[in-house]
Amino acid sequence: MKSCLVVDDSRVIRKVARRILEDMDFQVNEAEDGQAALRKCQQEMPDAVLLDWNMPVMNGIDFLRELRSSPGGEAPVVVFCTTENDMSSIVEAMEAGANEYIMKPFDSEIVQSKFAEVGLI
Amino acid sequence: MKPADFDFVAKLVRERSGLVLTPDKAYLVESRLGPVARKEGIPSLDDLVSSLRLRTHSPLVDAVVDAMTTNETFFFRDKTPFELLENVIIPDLVAKKRGAPIKIWCAAASTGQEPYSIAMLVDSLGHKMGGCKVEILGTDISERCLEKAKAGIYTQFEVQRGLPVQYLMKHFKKEGENWKISDQVRSAVRYRSMNLLDDFRALGRFDVIFCRNVLIYFDAPTKKRILDRMATQVEPPGYLLMGAAETTLGITDVFKPVQNARGLYTVDPTKTGLTRAA
Repeated sequence: MKSCLVVDDSRVIRKVARRILEDMDFQVNEAEDGQAALRKCQQEMPDAVLLDWNMPVMNGIDFLRELRSSPGGEAPVVVFCTTENDMSSIVEAMEAGANEYIMKPFDSEIVQSKFAEVGLI
Repeated sequence: MKPADFDFVAKLVRERSGLVLTPDKAYLVESRLGPVARKEGIPSLDDLVSSLRLRTHSPLVDAVVDAMTTNETFFFRDKTPFELLENVIIPDLVAKKRGAPIKIWCAAASTGQEPYSIAMLVDSLGHKMGGCKVEILGTDISERCLEKAKAGIYTQFEVQRGLPVQYLMKHFKKEGENWKISDQVRSAVRYRSMNLLDDFRALGRFDVIFCRNVLIYFDAPTKKRILDRMATQVEPPGYLLMGAAETTLGITDVFKPVQNARGLYTVDPTKTGLTRAA
């Protein structure tokens, strides 16, 4: 079973994402900001990260840059999942090391499509 | 809807498009014709059917047929056909065509995601195309769908269904809340209105036909007639791509399945009398 860390400051979004990912047979962990997510990654590197952009303490793009420069941090497949839906944000995310990009609002079909695109399912 | 009205609409739609509407689709017919009636300012479905019976308003008949077509599509739908195009069909055709253009027909192009997916894939192949150009024709019975296809403007939801983000970054730009495909990709596809029941010989001949998830709505004799006519429109080896749940087996023998390539068929020249043009 693959693991996915859901990083989002919204409890509702984490709950929705958890339900979708568990239906896709993922073992799901949660973090409410980038710093908490980094701690979880240091304990155990997930196979995938579903990552929000705008969060308190540490945002998604800073988390991603920290993750990619840390030992083993190049391994997880990172899929952004954010309300940032302009081209410059997409480019910035991909240059920072994201593998795919979901623009909110999302549903299970979009998550499945994007996870399939990067070989997670 | 009264049974007699349903029977009338089902017969009309079948005559005009080949689509088979069985009585269990009565709810679907009602739900799709309601918006047509409202748009035309017709107060009820009874009145709509009465208008259809008079046949005085031909665009109304077109609108009804259009409403009954299923236009479900998305970018790179089912993936496998595009992998087959990249890894099997194009290498074979590039070797055989010796620089002549590869002609592809999307027979149910809907709102354009399939032909544009092909155009973007071809663009990504670069030198693998061996200098071969690709001409893509998209046809559909629905004028409403073709208008959207020609515009090349898609919602945020539509560009997230099957479209890898790299393609979004390369070929789209944001316009308001929507995303518009680049002029380069848009100009790679021509569109034309076409009812598959009609004579399509004027479209010319093709190397590849995408006819996915459309024949499922037709009865067996109609499927056979369409496939047999398509077989005469392809240049041998003449590839046909069908939906994952579709087959030519048991319907016609003019196309034969390609081994280990689900949904891919080539024309059997011995059954059609076709030979490759010199």
